[in-house]
Amino acid sequence: MSLTASIGQPISRLEGNLKVTGAAKYSGDYNVAGLLYGHVINSTITKGKIAQISTVKAKALPGVIQVFTHENRPSLAWFNQMYADMDAPPGSPFRPLYDGEIRYNGQPIGLVVAETFELARYAATLVEVLYENETFSTNLEENVADAHTPALGLATMLKPPPPKPTGDFETAFAESFAQVTADYSHGTEHHNPLELFATTTIYEGDGKLTIYDKTQGTVNSQLYVGNVFGLKYKDVRVISPFVGGAFGSGLRPQYQLFMSVMASLELKRSVRVTLDRSQMFTFGHRPPTLQSTRFGADKDGKITAMNHSAIAETSRFEDYTEVVVNWSHMLYPAPNTLMEYKLVNLDVYSPLDMRSPGGSTGLHAIESTMDELAYKLNIDPLQLRLINYSDRDESLDRPYSSKELKQCFLQGAEKFGWANRNPEPGSMRNGNKLIGHGMATGIWEANHLPAKAEMIITKEGKLKVNSAVTDIGTGTMTIMAQIAADEFGLSVEDVVFSYGDSKKPFAPIQGGSFTTSTVGSAIKAAGKALRKKLLKKAGLMDNSAFRGVPISEVIFDNGYIILKNDPEVSVSLRDIILANKGKEIKTNNLSVPNVFKLKKYSRAAHSAVFVEVEVDQELGVVNVTRALTVVAAGRIINPKTARSQILGGMVWSISKALREETIVDHGLGKYMNQNLGEYHIPVHADIHDLDVIFVEENDTIINELGTKGVGEIGLVGMPPAIANAIYHATGKRINQFPIHFDSLL
Amino acid sequence: MAILSIVNQNSCEEEFSLREVPLKINGKLVNLQLRPWVSLLDALREYAGLTGTKKGCDHGQCGACTVLCDGERILSCLTLAVMKEDAEITTIEGVGTENELHPLQKAFIAHDAFQCGYCTPGQICSAIGMLNEGKAQNREDVKELMSGNLCRCGANSNIIDAIMEVKNETI
Repeated sequence: MSLTASIGQPISRLEGNLKVTGAAKYSGDYNVAGLLYGHVINSTITKGKIAQISTVKAKALPGVIQVFTHENRPSLAWFNQMYADMDAPPGSPFRPLYDGEIRYNGQPIGLVVAETFELARYAATLVEVLYENETFSTNLEENVADAHTPALGLATMLKPPPPKPTGDFETAFAESFAQVTADYSHGTEHHNPLELFATTTIYEGDGKLTIYDKTQGTVNSQLYVGNVFGLKYKDVRVISPFVGGAFGSGLRPQYQLFMSVMASLELKRSVRVTLDRSQMFTFGHRPPTLQSTRFGADKDGKITAMNHSAIAETSRFEDYTEVVVNWSHMLYPAPNTLMEYKLVNLDVYSPLDMRSPGGSTGLHAIESTMDELAYKLNIDPLQLRLINYSDRDESLDRPYSSKELKQCFLQGAEKFGWANRNPEPGSMRNGNKLIGHGMATGIWEANHLPAKAEMIITKEGKLKVNSAVTDIGTGTMTIMAQIAADEFGLSVEDVVFSYGDSKKPFAPIQGGSFTTSTVGSAIKAAGKALRKKLLKKAGLMDNSAFRGVPISEVIFDNGYIILKNDPEVSVSLRDIILANKGKEIKTNNLSVPNVFKLKKYSRAAHSAVFVEVEVDQELGVVNVTRALTVVAAGRIINPKTARSQILGGMVWSISKALREETIVDHGLGKYMNQNLGEYHIPVHADIHDLDVIFVEENDTIINELGTKGVGEIGLVGMPPAIANAIYHATGKRINQFPIHFDSLL
Repeated sequence: MAILSIVNQNSCEEEFSLREVPLKINGKLVNLQLRPWVSLLDALREYAGLTGTKKGCDHGQCGACTVLCDGERILSCLTLAVMKEDAEITTIEGVGTENELHPLQKAFIAHDAFQCGYCTPGQICSAIGMLNEGKAQNREDVKELMSGNLCRCGANSNIIDAIMEVKNETI
């Protein structure tokens, strides 16, 4: 009667039915009687003050309920740190409608609330604003002289500053046999999940609110609303069962949440605020970043000196940082290193973590520099990585908890046919198409945060699991059900995992590839506690064979507790519940990472990526015809959803290297392509043969599950592999993303 | 429908000429009280309570709002509801039911052809319309003809796998 373990099975998403029938409800899909609609007004200038704002014409329209501006907004928390959230960088968070100051272009300056969506949107055009303009600056390149060392804060725990220099970089670099110096430039990108940011606030009366919010953290939004509006946390319930993509954009409470709650409290009505697509470009982005690298190696290819410097944009009010320059020394054990990371304050909104923040920026520079170094040394690029391979993280002088990157290289090279590559640039072609093969390495830190989980054996003997965590499309719901099922030898059909609700046990924001390890570990802890509790209850039953039996002597399987050394002796969970007077049995447990054990090791997922491109010789058009990502990320809970995560990262890689960019007019301080027609992401016709391999990686140190997370690792190695393949095809090294066809002509 | 009654209470009909718009949605006749500028997308979502059809851009750039109109795929955000009084409209809610899924719905689940699920209703309606058109001969054609439906999660290859499975089965 023993069931196959659920962990490791490629189970289809448990919420699949709801998503393909349109029954899955997102935050803007909750319709209630008397719902009001809000439309946000945004600043059309970049810096200055609102001299005058007239709402008379808008308010005169029948059906317009109210227009909120900084002049008539309700009393809010005065202390700026009340606006901070779990992902707030050091600084003073932006406070919507707080005053008449304009800090960036597109800043929300008002909210029209009306009885229909159309009316609110129309009335917003009737609000007249007079501004006093001030001079501003949004251009990173023109302001690098003002770069400063970032302020430290709470976020520093997950985003450590660059490691201290080692050896003597300048001397070692000068004396090295082969040297490569390169500059890299990345522009602004916006997350653009397909779902528009929306919050539906249901006014329950008695000061209670139920808020359907698009977020990556239900508790994060709950605390924010409580702090900003002076409400008791228990009166604020935030629900996000389905999230239509986020990619980091939901890590901080966004202004539609503020607007919706403010209007609901003031009007004592239920209010929905949905942003339009152009407004999706007004609250956080991947920051433009300038990088330079200097790598030196001896004649055998051993890297002796590495310097990686980055200067990135941030706002005037927060020091948002990313880990850009820490990765090279985690990968390559050079004895002389110099890593630098600085910020420039500009008149923009604070940047915000966007899928593989920092890693996808830094690894491009590192791995394209490695490619250039390989050519300089006349060594195969894959061989150069193997020459500089290490099982240790020399940047922190400690071993990796596990690292099967070498297997990634070997299996990937075999499957891709890397050995067939002619290394000479421009040597491979198909008609008028130049063919290029490129490869690169990826790395992403495997983190693990504290979280709680509740587990219940219901009256029917089924298993219920509760967590506040969201599922932003990653497969979290399915994976957590799989982990929970294995705790009791149940099938996933016998598990109900409830999530996306701030009322449920605490989970941190969902991001950084740490959710499976974090919430999964909490479920393991709750499972362990609940098994003990159930065994104890079994021992209290009449004539129980389980009285005083230690937990190590029983197994839980298919709804039964069974004696290990006498499998004939068993008791069903249902009978235990009956003996418990029909009452459910539950536990609520906190799981905290074992910091003392973990600090002796570096923990990271790795990848090897192989890419084939075709470049049209006359038109410069690039097509990624074939790509393979080989991943070592510890235990894979669900190979089907994990593969999709990596495929998603690979499509994002094509987007990053070849398509997406937010174009800025620095004269206006404004983003110019705030729509999906001009903000290009790959379409189906751009995506060809993508393949994923997970190598075996057994990590007994990292956490009880042995998981490292797969959300980011798909997007770190492939962008440089594409750039390297383009070099191999054309002999042109383009270090500015996205690579445009005209740069290849 | 509660929303409509509130609009009525405010008696702004004179300025904004509310009118009865009969729409045939998923085989059922629904009489909606709409102003002439209400898009078919908003009529479905906000007035008919059919929120399966999604708004991703409201500008005809993403395909999330794709529905079938007399068997042809259209962008409901670029269509006024009043234009479709005599048409047979099929939304994702009318494509299949939870107990009796359309072959494409089953294939989307089997191939993990979605992650967040937000573009999925539009992808499925668009795929039905695309197959009805009968223009696609092979995988490359399908990719090209489905390129008006964006997927930000990057499920592209799984989406095309799912559609190809159904296309090959129905030939």
